Amino acid sequence: MAGNALSAEVHAPAGLPGLPGVVTDLAADKQAFPVPWGKLMMWIFLLSDTFIFSCFLTSYMNVRISTTMPWPNPSEVFSLKVGATTVPLLLIAIMTMVLITSSGTMALAVNYGYRRNRARTTALMLFTAGLGATFVGMQAFEWTKLIVHEGIRPWGNPLGAAQFGSSFFMITGFHGLHVSAGVVYLTVVAMRVWNGFYERKGNYETVEVAGLYWHFVDLVWVFIFALFYLW
Amino acid sequence: MEHTADAPHAEGQQHPLTIYLWCWVLLFVVSTFSYLVDYFHLHGALRWTLILIFMLVKAGMIVAVFMHMKWERLALKFAILVPPLSLLILITLMAIEGDYTFVTRLASFVH
Repeated sequence: MAGNALSAEVHAPAGLPGLPGVVTDLAADKQAFPVPWGKLMMWIFLLSDTFIFSCFLTSYMNVRISTTMPWPNPSEVFSLKVGATTVPLLLIAIMTMVLITSSGTMALAVNYGYRRNRARTTALMLFTAGLGATFVGMQAFEWTKLIVHEGIRPWGNPLGAAQFGSSFFMITGFHGLHVSAGVVYLTVVAMRVWNGFYERKGNYETVEVAGLYWHFVDLVWVFIFALFYLW
Repeated sequence: MEHTADAPHAEGQQHPLTIYLWCWVLLFVVSTFSYLVDYFHLHGALRWTLILIFMLVKAGMIVAVFMHMKWERLALKFAILVPPLSLLILITLMAIEGDYTFVTRLASFVH
């Protein structure tokens, strides 16, 4: 199969290390990046996604600088009541932990995939997808709380700057969409791991490519958490 | 380091589990730190510096270890990691623009 011949070729011993390697990799009359094409394409897709999220976060920065109204304090807006005490940002902290946990289980899934341990890879990927679904569920809870109880709308809110709502719904909504798509993606790949599709194909690179996407979703959350919720 | 940077991969990216587990633990620890920044109501430059440091440390660990960038060829690292640097220009321009809009709003609409 052409695909197998290609992947045998791309796994050939790498060239020179360091900067001279960059020159020879790019200047030699051969494939520039010695990685499977699916992985390279995923990286390039993630690069474009980086620019989309960066545009959202930069426009959020811009409206937050330019508004003359006070910006609602995220620490209070996203606090949760536990018994009688109000814990700031509790739900967001839990969501962060859920996403980091899912990233860890995904990293293990990729590792077990390359070890050709189908049962563990499938289980870890489904667990990852489950954590992703949990994350989306908590986000739905958070949105409901904000819309129904706090009266926050994309065009205004009772707490201060009107731009808070539009930034919040746009950024977290787009991220949530990525998580939801990731849950579907991971489930499909997990099913294919389980039914032996990649075993017959001869490699588990697709698991790593799916892993790249999932880690990126976690990566974006790191930036949203820092710049939107903590700032 | 248990793995040399440019070793050929017979079967894709295979690394010892311990490096993932360590990275995982560190991500939890650093996330807790960044949460504590808010919990203890740190303010001003200290707050922003800590938030940015923790953010970059976490992002770096995810990209380097979880996404295996640490083990890729330098040409691929450059191809993926250099273009986002252009965003610094966008961020600078939009910060200046936001400041200008703010001052204009103060002058024109706020009395």
